[in-house]
Amino acid sequence: MELHNSQLLRFTTAGSVDDGKSTLIGRLLYDSKSIFEDQLSSIENTSKRKGHEGVDLALFTDGLRDEREQGITIDVAYRYFTTPKRKFIIADTPGHIQYTRNMVTGASTANAAIILIDARNGVIEQTKRHSFIASLLQIPHIIVCVNKMDLVEYSEKRFNEIVEEFEVISSKLMIKDVHFIPISALDGDNVVNRSENMPWFSGAPMLHTLETLHISSDINKVDARFPVQTVIRPQSEEHRDYRGYAGRLESGILRVGDDITVLPSGFTSKIKTIDCFENTYQEAFAPMSVSITLENDIDISRGDMIVRTNNQPTCSQEFDVMLCWLNNNSARPGAKYSIKHTSNDQKAIIKEIVYKMDINAIERNNEDKSINMNDICRVKIRTTKPLMIDEYRDNRMTGSIILVDDATNETVAAGMVI
Amino acid sequence: MNKYYLNYLDELESEAIFVLREVAAQFENPVILFSGGKDSIVVTYLAQKAFYPAKMPFALLHVDTGHNFPETIEFRDKLVNSLGVQLLVGSVQDSIDDGRVAEEKGKNASRNVLQITTLLDTVEKYKIDCAIGGGRRDEEKARAKERFFSHRDEFGQWDPKNQRPELWNLFNGKQFKGEHFRAFPISNWTEMDVWNYINREQLAIPSLYFAHEREVIWRDDAWIPLSEHIKLDANEVVSTKRIRFRTLGDITITGGIESEADTLEKIVDEVSTMRLTERGNRSDDKRSESAMEDRKREGYF
Repeated sequence: MELHNSQLLRFTTAGSVDDGKSTLIGRLLYDSKSIFEDQLSSIENTSKRKGHEGVDLALFTDGLRDEREQGITIDVAYRYFTTPKRKFIIADTPGHIQYTRNMVTGASTANAAIILIDARNGVIEQTKRHSFIASLLQIPHIIVCVNKMDLVEYSEKRFNEIVEEFEVISSKLMIKDVHFIPISALDGDNVVNRSENMPWFSGAPMLHTLETLHISSDINKVDARFPVQTVIRPQSEEHRDYRGYAGRLESGILRVGDDITVLPSGFTSKIKTIDCFENTYQEAFAPMSVSITLENDIDISRGDMIVRTNNQPTCSQEFDVMLCWLNNNSARPGAKYSIKHTSNDQKAIIKEIVYKMDINAIERNNEDKSINMNDICRVKIRTTKPLMIDEYRDNRMTGSIILVDDATNETVAAGMVI
Repeated sequence: MNKYYLNYLDELESEAIFVLREVAAQFENPVILFSGGKDSIVVTYLAQKAFYPAKMPFALLHVDTGHNFPETIEFRDKLVNSLGVQLLVGSVQDSIDDGRVAEEKGKNASRNVLQITTLLDTVEKYKIDCAIGGGRRDEEKARAKERFFSHRDEFGQWDPKNQRPELWNLFNGKQFKGEHFRAFPISNWTEMDVWNYINREQLAIPSLYFAHEREVIWRDDAWIPLSEHIKLDANEVVSTKRIRFRTLGDITITGGIESEADTLEKIVDEVSTMRLTERGNRSDDKRSESAMEDRKREGYF
């Protein structure tokens, strides 16, 4: 297969079984011939046993035993398919409000989000919630699929009404690139193949849209940020003098000879070599994992960040984040948490809750000062040592943090720097 | 189109190297679970890349069921030698001899489930705090839910409904004494990606993956290799076929497929037209709809 230059696109689908999310994913995999025969025959058997007519494609996305029994999605499930144009990773997440945390998780690495709307119901609270999360997590591309068009007689008028309803929400949110597609996941209209029932729709079917989204610009290529993960110091005679700073370029481009500054120390040097295994490069760009050597011998360790001297992030101990609470145990304002940011691991406290978002209404709530599971709040955070941060909207990798509760070691919150 | 983008294989490689470096940084005593199969070979190679020109900071851990393909063991020893890393072996036979587990009985007896105890005992014995595996999310529906950093409690158990959320590139490997982690650097790779990568990097793999003549019996819709560990039914006939293996597990349960693919290029071509999943030939996964989930909960790979 001629795939060698094709890119990887990660997208998330939020929604419940009622929206036809599982059917849509099943249809996408089935029509793109990504379902194997043994998987199909197992689904056929289960469909028969459950007394369904035909093959229930939704069964393909069933995961854990509890999910099968209850007919729901509990956790993020990852699925894969490939077309001659691209390789795709789907983060399939549950859509109910109690699973906001899973939606956020799936959205954190996505290039695109698919938002499903039932053509009969139009824009509902859940649509607003999903759109809000997509904009909060700065997913670069949104594809709004108006599903079950077969149940509204493939009406162009109905489709246009829903597009208008959605545009009312998207105008309030920072959503950049939106595509609208009328589909019927059950029958496959406009999923992989163009629908014959909706000749009035001049846009591309969903798969074609996914294959052609311009994603090369999704990663920030302006601000070079290289968090050091570990230092490579070979013990062998041959490489005794090698001292490589290993990490992944999270954004931007670095070249041999660039003037760099190491943060937080502020030491400066020049890039001597950029290596990965037996290859050496003149330049590296995000998201490449490389090992960098410098002209001068400086003390650098995990948690430090190498940046270009003329383009530096903010070094700060106090900043605002939009926090999504992920844990059953509510936040304890004033309590100490571990904070993880790039390769840095420090302690932090939540100093103040500025406001809480009502994510169904997309409104601020200034009264309620508690932070519970699935809440999204703007908070002020103070850390024990400075972190090298960018605003999340400029840089998803250096603008994001998680909080870990030292009492349980669980990841309790995800935050986006404002 | 600007030139600053990675193709999908380079992006997957970079992601895996990132994960391996995180493991090295966050854990005291991580090891690579090495089965001799293609996935663990790829993980080991990626680890070599991630820390070059230094040696990888991981020992290899092989859970030896005693039901091996001799070719796999030969391959393992050669690789360990060339990498200059330590090899740890957990022996299922020892677990049986020590009375920790009992051998399954009957025609379809296998040592697959017994490995769990051996693995967990070995993790405890060597105070391993992270075991890196070649598990991939496309393999099986329970694996589709795996994290890159997957927490195991003090009994070695996986609680799929209560996993730590994993966002962006921020991996939380914090643990209490007695607990451990599994890390899966090639989570996002598919079988096809693994083969394309092996072909691109021209990695050495055991000869079993290439088409070869072998004495086999037809059992559970697959060609099971004849070996000293197999008990034949009265009606089972031994025949010689030209086969190859898509996955390598115990010799007793790994079914081969008829194939002429004797080069990496031919394997890549063959896999791209396959219409059955690779685990379709593994009788360990056919036991029930939740076979993998149940074993994983107990501490399986």
